[in-house]
Amino acid sequence: MAVDEINTAGGLLGRPLELIFYDAQSSNQLYSQYATQALLRDEVHAIHGGVTSSSREVIRPIVQRFGGLYVYNSLYEGGVCDRRHVSTGMVPGQQLDALCPYVINERGGKRGYILAADYNYGHITSRWLQKYIRDLGGEDLAVEFIPLDVSNFSSVLARIQDAKPDVVWSALVGAAHMSFYRQFHSTIGKDEMMIAGTTYSIGREQVELSPEEGEGIILATSFYDSLGTEAADDFVSRFHEYSGETDYIGEYGEGGYRGLMLWAEAVRRAGSPEPDAVIEALGDTSFSGAGGLYTIDGQTNHTTMNIHVAVQNDKQDFEAIQTFDQMDPVDTQLVCNLHENPDDTTQYEVEL
Amino acid sequence: MLWFLFRDFRRPSGERPTVVWWLFVVAVAGVLLVWLPGTLGLAEMLDLSVVFVLALLALSMSFLWGYSGMLSFGQTAYFGLGGYVYAVSAMNLGTTTVPFLLGVLLPMAFALVVGYFIVYGRLSDVYFSVMTLVITLVLNKAVRATSGSQYVVGDVRLGGQNGIPGVPPLQVPWDPATALFIDDVYYLSVILVLVAYVGLRLALASRFGRVLVGVRENEKRLALLGYDPRRYKLGAFVIAGGLAGLSGTMFAVWGNFVAPEMFGLQRAAEVIIWVIVGGKATLIGPIVGVGLIQYLTTWLGTQGVGQVTLVLGIVLIAAVLLFREGLVPTLGTLLLRLTRLRRGDDPNKRDEP
Amino acid sequence: MDTVFTYLYQVGFAVSILVLISLGLALIFGMMKVINLAQGEFLMLGAYFCVLTSSMGAPLWIAIPVAGVLVGLFGVVVERTVIQWLYGRVLDTLLATWGVSLLMIGIVTTVAGPQSHSISSSVGRVVVGGFVVPGWSMVIIAGAVLMLLATYLILRFTNLGLIVRGTMQNPQMARALGTNTSMIYMLTFGFGSALTGLGGALLVPLFGASPTMGGLYIGKAFIAVISGGPLPLIGTMSASGLYGSIDGVMSYLFSPVLGEIIVLLVAIVMLRLLPSGITGGMRKGI
Repeated sequence: MAVDEINTAGGLLGRPLELIFYDAQSSNQLYSQYATQALLRDEVHAIHGGVTSSSREVIRPIVQRFGGLYVYNSLYEGGVCDRRHVSTGMVPGQQLDALCPYVINERGGKRGYILAADYNYGHITSRWLQKYIRDLGGEDLAVEFIPLDVSNFSSVLARIQDAKPDVVWSALVGAAHMSFYRQFHSTIGKDEMMIAGTTYSIGREQVELSPEEGEGIILATSFYDSLGTEAADDFVSRFHEYSGETDYIGEYGEGGYRGLMLWAEAVRRAGSPEPDAVIEALGDTSFSGAGGLYTIDGQTNHTTMNIHVAVQNDKQDFEAIQTFDQMDPVDTQLVCNLHENPDDTTQYEVEL
Repeated sequence: MLWFLFRDFRRPSGERPTVVWWLFVVAVAGVLLVWLPGTLGLAEMLDLSVVFVLALLALSMSFLWGYSGMLSFGQTAYFGLGGYVYAVSAMNLGTTTVPFLLGVLLPMAFALVVGYFIVYGRLSDVYFSVMTLVITLVLNKAVRATSGSQYVVGDVRLGGQNGIPGVPPLQVPWDPATALFIDDVYYLSVILVLVAYVGLRLALASRFGRVLVGVRENEKRLALLGYDPRRYKLGAFVIAGGLAGLSGTMFAVWGNFVAPEMFGLQRAAEVIIWVIVGGKATLIGPIVGVGLIQYLTTWLGTQGVGQVTLVLGIVLIAAVLLFREGLVPTLGTLLLRLTRLRRGDDPNKRDEP
Repeated sequence: MDTVFTYLYQVGFAVSILVLISLGLALIFGMMKVINLAQGEFLMLGAYFCVLTSSMGAPLWIAIPVAGVLVGLFGVVVERTVIQWLYGRVLDTLLATWGVSLLMIGIVTTVAGPQSHSISSSVGRVVVGGFVVPGWSMVIIAGAVLMLLATYLILRFTNLGLIVRGTMQNPQMARALGTNTSMIYMLTFGFGSALTGLGGALLVPLFGASPTMGGLYIGKAFIAVISGGPLPLIGTMSASGLYGSIDGVMSYLFSPVLGEIIVLLVAIVMLRLLPSGITGGMRKGI
């Protein structure tokens, strides 16, 4: 949609945008092949995409090797320090800075039980959760890592009941993990215990779970459809018209739009679509979008954005609790400085 | 004269390769190594190299299955093992020659152990296959569970689900400062496949190979003749394991990453599909199978069709029901019939052994 | 005492799930030596039919059996078009059914999309051994018991059951006595598929339905059937009992991953010791 909108308005720097599409079928091998093809044969000016951290880590070295630009539009665990990589998605430093104080201070969720998907996103996010919980005076009772293909949580739920936390923190990912919310509702229920999710709504869980199963779940996200601001409503209606569908868009859908618009703005500021020129112009590039104002931070190539804390109501929709304005990607800023180390390509991880 | 070639495609037995065959190999080598690189860009070479890398895996499978009669779901285990061994040792040691060798030898050792367990356990065919499937499942689950930071070998994090990115490219053994680039990897993979193909063909023509074919045809009879089938089966298993390990190591060199998807059921399924589509009792067949399926999948991804699984499913069903022996042998039979008819031979006459 | 109940529940639940996913496969394997790798997808189809029927307004206790019947019919179609040409070619059936499974995943993803769907059950909660467990898990356990019972009753006490058992033990003799074995195979495949579809439907309220859910269960089902051996009922019960117990206990003590890995390792040992399965030596019986 972003590409078409720009083209209708006269193109970028007077030239039309062309979108080339590859479906890597979640295979790292194909990500590798397509990224190389895109850079070498199609000679694209920017690569947008990759959802999982593993695909991103396959694409980044290829982009580095052939001198391209990679815009990664998904929320992730933070810490990537690479001047050819731009992250427009939410990182723990922003999300948890908003979510944890609300849950722990205002909702009294001092005793926490953490469930995380068993891969690097889950591991790193859970460490951040532990850090934030402890800093805010709470207690992290336990951390469990669940492989992505596990859908039987009966033993996990038994252990949770044993530990009696105030809140279950969920960094679960994927279709199998959605069963947790179902099974939680059939056992413990949210009268006794809260659930706060870092990835909740990414998989449109609120639509697929029944109203009762999802009611009361707390989340923090950079965009959700019923946010209620003028910009949000406008974006949602435009997207529904464009796609002809009315499915939930959410952060993932809007992220693609956001990323392309930010890149287009950077191209305008640079005066050229060539990756090296655009990279110089990335810092302080901003775009006012559906979730608020997005600004790229030149030190980390990550994005400052508004974070909205919300709770699911009984109608499979979210109700706003609080909006935290212009949250910086503090976690990555602590360890990454591309001005000083432009050749850095590491992904840093938090130590407890 | 071409008919010698087609007959070879149909069902090569333990015969010594003919002169025609050698000429064919040299011709193909010439095309692949000399002519093609001139017309291809780097991106195409990258796409083509992976076909050859995976062809090694397909060869290991067809050697084991087509010639020795053992269907192993576990070749991907050695594939993944080779890749991971290369990645971990190269990133720890800093050099790549030793890791490359380890990537072939360690899977062979593993195959020796597993093979001994299975072959000497007198398992029937079906249960043998199941056992290899279970081993693959175990490895898959185990490797996926290594996301935590405590799963380190030396300096290298195993990375669980995400695998290990940033695997170093292969250094030239006598000149460690130079590393292989995309086109070099292409040449290497083509050469390796040619060597493997010729090597296997010669091995099959040797005494070892003939006994193996005998094992496939009638194990009991072979045993009654005084040969110990278990030793030959184990040997085949180890060779196949080494080939698969080589494939895995080359895969790591090709893509600069290793991930649990190398051990996965999808990959295992793909290997079997290649071999079936191409023809399991031939050596050329699986290579053709890999090429076809890889091309199909890669092409489908650019078309936005979205349902590669669906297409693969249809292909597999069609291959089993229609091409009983596989694409290449069926083609070979057809061509054979055609040349016979043209020469005026009686198509009902049995062809000479 | 509480702990005993907790363990009993965890084990009972794990065993029941295994029974649900493997009984159908065991019947088909026991009868025709066909290893149907599309079994996981039949499970998935049953789950989807259940969601579909339920979304059209049917209550769960109707939607579930309907799903089972629909999958049974689908199974008959698959048998007539693909499987029946491949009897005796064990490995070829393996591969063809693999193709069927890929096809099914592809079709369902195209028709229903890659996301998961669910139904909530209104059954509520139950307290067992000091822990709250989903009421629906009791339904699953009951369902597994009923499936076993029904299969036993049919096989043991009906004429059809007798013919089926006879064909299983000695197809040539059965044919010589005038049985249409082709028809029996078709019926068995259909019944086995129906059982699997039923199992899938029963799983939906707790686990949801997604196109790739089959892959999660096929490995376990496969191993349970092979370990069980040629006798479908006794084999399934013993294998499910063994692996379910190990899984239930280990998952509770440690974690779900470890539970599954230990089960797989035990399976390897079992196959080494009893290559023909637990019931491998038994010629008679069900």
